[in-house]
Amino acid sequence: MTRTPQGAPPIVTLTDAAKHFGPVRALNGVSLSIAPGDCIGLVGHNGAGKSTLVNVINGGLAPSSGTVEFAPAGAQTALEAGIRSVFQELSLCPNLTVAENLRISHTGLRGFNWRKAARTEMAQALDTVFPGHGISTDAPVDTLSIAERQMVEIAIGFAPRGAQARLVILDEPTSSLDAGIARQLLDHIVRFCASGGAVVFISHMLGEIFDVATRIVVLKDGRVVEQRAAADFTRQGLVDAMGHVAPEQADAPAVRAHAHGAEVLRSPEGLNARAGEIVGLSGLAGHGQAEALARIYFGATSSWRTPRAAPMVFVAGDRTRDGVLPLWSILRNATISVLPQIARRGFVDRDREAGIMAEWKRRIGIRTDDVANPILSLSGGNQQKVLFARALAASAPIVVMDDPMRGVDVGTKQDVYAMIRDEAAGGRTFLWYSTETEEVCQCDRVFVFRDGAISAELTGADITEEKILEASFEMTEAGQ
Amino acid sequence: MKLLQKPWIWSWVAAVAAFGLTIALTQGRGASELGYAALSFGAFAAIVGLGQMLVITLGPGNIDLSIPASMTLAATLALKAMGAEPGSAWLGLLVALGVGLGTGLANFALIWALRLPPIIATLAASLVYQSIAIWSNRGLRIKPPEALADFATGRMAGVPNVAIVAVVLAALVWLVLERTIWGRWLLACGQNLRAARLAGVPVEAVRAATYVAVAVFASLAGYLLASFSGGAALNMGSEYLLMSIAVVVIGGTSIAGGMSNVPGVWGASLFMFLVVSMLNSYGAGAGVRMVLTGVIIIGIVIAASTRRARQ
Repeated sequence: MTRTPQGAPPIVTLTDAAKHFGPVRALNGVSLSIAPGDCIGLVGHNGAGKSTLVNVINGGLAPSSGTVEFAPAGAQTALEAGIRSVFQELSLCPNLTVAENLRISHTGLRGFNWRKAARTEMAQALDTVFPGHGISTDAPVDTLSIAERQMVEIAIGFAPRGAQARLVILDEPTSSLDAGIARQLLDHIVRFCASGGAVVFISHMLGEIFDVATRIVVLKDGRVVEQRAAADFTRQGLVDAMGHVAPEQADAPAVRAHAHGAEVLRSPEGLNARAGEIVGLSGLAGHGQAEALARIYFGATSSWRTPRAAPMVFVAGDRTRDGVLPLWSILRNATISVLPQIARRGFVDRDREAGIMAEWKRRIGIRTDDVANPILSLSGGNQQKVLFARALAASAPIVVMDDPMRGVDVGTKQDVYAMIRDEAAGGRTFLWYSTETEEVCQCDRVFVFRDGAISAELTGADITEEKILEASFEMTEAGQ
Repeated sequence: MKLLQKPWIWSWVAAVAAFGLTIALTQGRGASELGYAALSFGAFAAIVGLGQMLVITLGPGNIDLSIPASMTLAATLALKAMGAEPGSAWLGLLVALGVGLGTGLANFALIWALRLPPIIATLAASLVYQSIAIWSNRGLRIKPPEALADFATGRMAGVPNVAIVAVVLAALVWLVLERTIWGRWLLACGQNLRAARLAGVPVEAVRAATYVAVAVFASLAGYLLASFSGGAALNMGSEYLLMSIAVVVIGGTSIAGGMSNVPGVWGASLFMFLVVSMLNSYGAGAGVRMVLTGVIIIGIVIAASTRRARQ
């Protein structure tokens, strides 16, 4: 399966493609060919060049050198060749309905009653990938949860749209989906490839890569460092190939058994937390966890005054909506929350500001030459690290994290887990909502949410994927 | 080349060009008089422009349309309080700034408590302020105290006093924006209000302070303008509505919010005066003058925004 099957010409062939942004060599000579039936797992650290490679394949960026050829002779553009992309940064128009969003990439929908055709095709596309999705094609996108938006975007990627999807590129498609929905997507990818389509699948969750990929391509510093059949890799081998010395996880949580302090937080829905505790919020995506966190944060802080020492800080997962200040440098983004602590008579102490930035750049490993660079010059995962630095630098006793690991690579995750454990041992309390079981297992105590209410509270050895799923689904099954 | 990247450079280039074209016509005669007049009249535009800039920096939808009414009300009440008595200039200043504080708080109360869009809230409120000015003025034209009138029309080291006031204010605003925590908070609010709130910025306090600041600046401009021109008039602020917005936009401040530009406001204020003098000296009639001024403003805004988009 590693080689192109005889007789099936590749859909796209890259020959020594490179892409430079000024002095930054985002892609440094990549040769890759993708044929019908291929499911390629693309892995690499933040900033390894994955997003750039995707943009070169789909024609969004012209390579600085090297060539990109599309197969059916005559296809000039990636779009004609049937190549579609689903991006990590959500790119739907929030003010339009689900069906209207299909129209944006499907110019064939025209005429008097195009909405009807759009509705039909959209409903079909959603039903194919996510059976039982429960999304109305007439719902405006801004009323959907982030998981539902991602589902819509994926469905649009696979929709026929007047032709046929031949290669679908999925950039971190499962990062905001819960386990059940992610499973549906993985099953669909397998079906799609079996019927002659091709998929490039980017994920930081290696388990998913092994589930679906026929071939795994490892990127590092803009080059392909490994390219083999998935069966030839082990999990550890893959982590090593990416070039990060991170220990195999899953042995850590049980070791922590330190005593917690007094209760520092109690919310009306019954969520509570003690000093030095890591409290998880889990359950299916969109069941009220993010709303609960927002309520807690807005309740504990004021829009009118900011005390010198903030009582609570927030790490956003939806970076564009809740986190990044797009016009600013990395430095200003990272220090905005710590400013009240280091201000002298209202003036920013710029030496201390730079000192704090340098310390966190080192501790959390933000990859940049100069912290005066714009925040948007960083890859998504590195932007996320800046948001972590922003929250942790301010010495608030409670840290609220709203699915903060979206788009963060495996190695960094391990570093951040360790940092969170350290800070918790020092007496800080963490409230951590996550859609990933691996992260929830880092917590001391987990509240499982269902339909906006807490359905279970798990501690210690009870925190397992099975128990969480059980608590997430109980009612749903009983109701059906 | 670094200088050409600064967003404020274009308003200064335009101002210098307008100045040069005017002077070219007279072969250099009257250059210092033209410069003096530009500094005097530009000062008023700069003061209201600085305030408007702060509000526009708060982000899309934020604007203060009550600037002319605040100017008129502050000037009217201040002159009435002073009653042309000698030595009452400080009292008048206090009254004017108090009026600014009041109208600013009233504007923000409408925006915050009634959740009105700022464009509606400030426009509606300005009708009230204007009416209060009419009611208290009753057609009387009170002269400013002589010492104050002398100060407003006087000069120091060849520079008009009002221009010195406006430059000091501009330096203060720059200091607040660049060096203080309030400046950081304001710029953060303008980029993404929700993200700013989640990062611990007291967003409502920042917005309130900004709406008060613009009204206080407008009141100060009104007080100085009335002292400069020998009394308050009910229509004295009317040209400063468009002016305050134009100098912000031409000055290179982002209309989308989150980015302020103090030197640009001053350059644009000089340009707005100089372009009219230039057209005057080339003998353009009132109609042509207005059309050309509009065209030039549109041209500069397009040039500035396409340059920014390319970056």
